[in-house]
Amino acid sequence: MQKIMTEIERCKGCYLCMANCPKEAIHLSGKVNHKGYEYIEVDQEKCIACGSCYQMCPDFVFSILV
Amino acid sequence: MKCSVPASVKYDHTFCQGCAQGIVNRLIGEIMEELGTTEKLIVTTDVACGAMNVDFWDFDTIVGAHGRPIPTATGVRKVRKDCLSLAHLGDGAAYNIGMAETMHAAIRDDDVMALVLNNCVFAMTGGQTSATTMLGQRTTTSVKGRKKSVEGSPFHVEKALGDMDIAYLARGSVDSVAAIRKTKKYLKKAFEKHKNHEGFCLVEILTPCPTNWGLSPVDSMKRIREQVIPEFPVGEFIDRGGNE
Repeated sequence: MQKIMTEIERCKGCYLCMANCPKEAIHLSGKVNHKGYEYIEVDQEKCIACGSCYQMCPDFVFSILV
Repeated sequence: MKCSVPASVKYDHTFCQGCAQGIVNRLIGEIMEELGTTEKLIVTTDVACGAMNVDFWDFDTIVGAHGRPIPTATGVRKVRKDCLSLAHLGDGAAYNIGMAETMHAAIRDDDVMALVLNNCVFAMTGGQTSATTMLGQRTTTSVKGRKKSVEGSPFHVEKALGDMDIAYLARGSVDSVAAIRKTKKYLKKAFEKHKNHEGFCLVEILTPCPTNWGLSPVDSMKRIREQVIPEFPVGEFIDRGGNE
């Protein structure tokens, strides 16, 4: 079930979401977006939809769906 | 809990990696949605990084003279009493260049709201020492660290305005999820007071500047937690009740 929607083209690779995720559900994807930043990926299984990444992200990458 | 960034602020902005302007913009957008005043906010920004917000949100925006968004926003409020008037500025504008304007707005208890993003440096011009640069902090104009004997002590807004008869004074931070939620409460309270014409409201937010601090975004947040907050305590300092 998809709990988080990410708009990876907005990501600037600050990784504040990774540092603040309580379940360590966010990791590096190993791919880069058109801006040239290595963006993140969310493990939807580990995610508890707490909204920490939504709160911390300065670039509006995340939307909580549940 | 479903949540998504308000459309009024959801733009692909060009602030640096890890800059907290995006977080603050989202908070403003969310509060405006909650208060139902998205169409009624007029922002006056300073000539600095914050001026780029002209392109990054839907609010009507004026770029004031450098350091003088507060008197400009006061004028806006005087002629448009039905609208909210926010002065959006940084620590260099509020406490260095526009110190006189900040102090006199507080002395007169002007009907205006000021939002100061304090990142301890002049960010857009390349990271020079500002009034709130901490002792020992290295900047491009204090390469060996700020010294009290040379550049003086950091400026604390709660000490300068703490005894004044103003409506609201608070300081928040964006270093963690809990801090952001608290900051949103302060901001919302200030906007509500401003909406009720209660007087001068100033909210300062401690933000990182990873580019000029020479740190990664995650380390910048750690620095706020470990070094900046002990120097600049967060919390509410003035909360005057009632409509004066």
